[in-house]
Amino acid sequence: MSPCKAIFRREFASYFNTPLAGVFLVIFLLLAGIFTFQMGGFFERGQADLRPFFQFHPWLFLFLVPAIAMRLWAEERRQGTIEVLMTLPIKMRDLVVGKFLAAWAFTITALLFTTPIWWTASYLGDPDHGVILTSYIGSALMAGGYLAIGSCISALTKNQVIAFVLSVVICFIFLLSGFPMVLEFFSGWAPEFIVEAIASLSFLTHFQSLSRGVIDLRDVLYFFAVIATFLYLNGLILDWKKAA
Amino acid sequence: MDQLIHAVGLDKKFGPIHAVQKVNLTVPAGEVLGFLGPNGAGKSTTMKLLTGFLEPDAGTIHIGGHSMQDQPTLAKAKIGYLPEGAPAYPDMTPSEYLDFLANVRGMQNPQVAKRRVVEQVHIGSVLHQSMETLSKGFRRRVGLAAALLHDPEVLILDEPTDGLDPNQKHEVRLLIRQLGKTKAVVLSTHILEEVEAVCSRAIIINQGLVVFDGTPAELDGKAPADLKHNRLDHVFRTITTTEIAQPGTIS
Repeated sequence: MSPCKAIFRREFASYFNTPLAGVFLVIFLLLAGIFTFQMGGFFERGQADLRPFFQFHPWLFLFLVPAIAMRLWAEERRQGTIEVLMTLPIKMRDLVVGKFLAAWAFTITALLFTTPIWWTASYLGDPDHGVILTSYIGSALMAGGYLAIGSCISALTKNQVIAFVLSVVICFIFLLSGFPMVLEFFSGWAPEFIVEAIASLSFLTHFQSLSRGVIDLRDVLYFFAVIATFLYLNGLILDWKKAA
Repeated sequence: MDQLIHAVGLDKKFGPIHAVQKVNLTVPAGEVLGFLGPNGAGKSTTMKLLTGFLEPDAGTIHIGGHSMQDQPTLAKAKIGYLPEGAPAYPDMTPSEYLDFLANVRGMQNPQVAKRRVVEQVHIGSVLHQSMETLSKGFRRRVGLAAALLHDPEVLILDEPTDGLDPNQKHEVRLLIRQLGKTKAVVLSTHILEEVEAVCSRAIIINQGLVVFDGTPAELDGKAPADLKHNRLDHVFRTITTTEIAQPGTIS
């Protein structure tokens, strides 16, 4: 077994060894249900699609994904187990990626639990399955982006609350930069390419284009670039803490 | 290189605190080095530097000939480390924890190694109990098992007997003495009698400086000849409270 896989297995199991997995799954499904059926008007719209379900994901993840990520490093530091991990003969890359992938796999598991909504739509009507599939892919990629940010911030502190709050704020900035209100604020005076640059940094823009049913390589690459950047920073922060 | 641990000119500052100052340290196989000193003297920091958890501001560390700076994975593979307080994952059982470490280390015969260490530190009875329910003594022994699992050439043990009852202390000391015949062992302790019981060499560190380096007998020889009891305590107090610290070179 590769070291990265060993780290992944332990981390993934730890969600289910603690009440975390249960609590998270229940809250996630409950909120997703409330958003979809109460606020999104899933049945009232009379359309067999999952738009009401997916349109709230950026906001739902804004709070729930940092809650998963906050413990990744902060808890290791508080428990002292970071000393065990960092003195193992293993590359920093394996450690950071193994932990991240475990958190991502857990988030994707939570997403899979929502597929009954898909079955429901299929039972009631004839939804565009391609759109739903790309929406799920977009949702998973967006969660990965949030997670990488959260993991990176978690490496900075041993306080999980601080890690959570900071992660939410930074994820919020990434989300907000594609919001019409923010873009309109800039579009009044800033050159077009700056407005586009700000919009292109946003999770929202890329998620929405994926959830329209089009897999544009640029959107997929964008999320992978965000994940790679923040995981790289994550490693740098851990290295820097060693020398500090 | 026959010195398994070879550290030269280790220096570490935390802000204004000079935790470790120009410490040189060499430990060959077959030596058990006792690390003594008051709380906050720099014992744990030195151990964290040796294991690669912290990076020194200056100085070099070689473990079994591998540089901690340039070949960290090779150097770390040779070390078994028990960190201060024996941290462990509360949600895991000792059995799962040892399996996890064996997997990360990519060990060939993990089950054989596991049986060996479980026997060495007597944790068979709690192997499938979650770690948060274990007593301090058992947790320490699980930490020790984790450090011994891959049969490392170098053992770095931060207060290995802390929290153990007198019987367990005795057992762990016997184990360390036996392991020390073939390995390079560094252990820190507050208990001076432990140095006499297990160590072939003692170092006293105070305010980040090495202030004594010699055999336990030499340490004892520093006490006044007519002193009958607590001779080592007397020397320890004298050295760490009055002696003016000089950056020491040890070999």
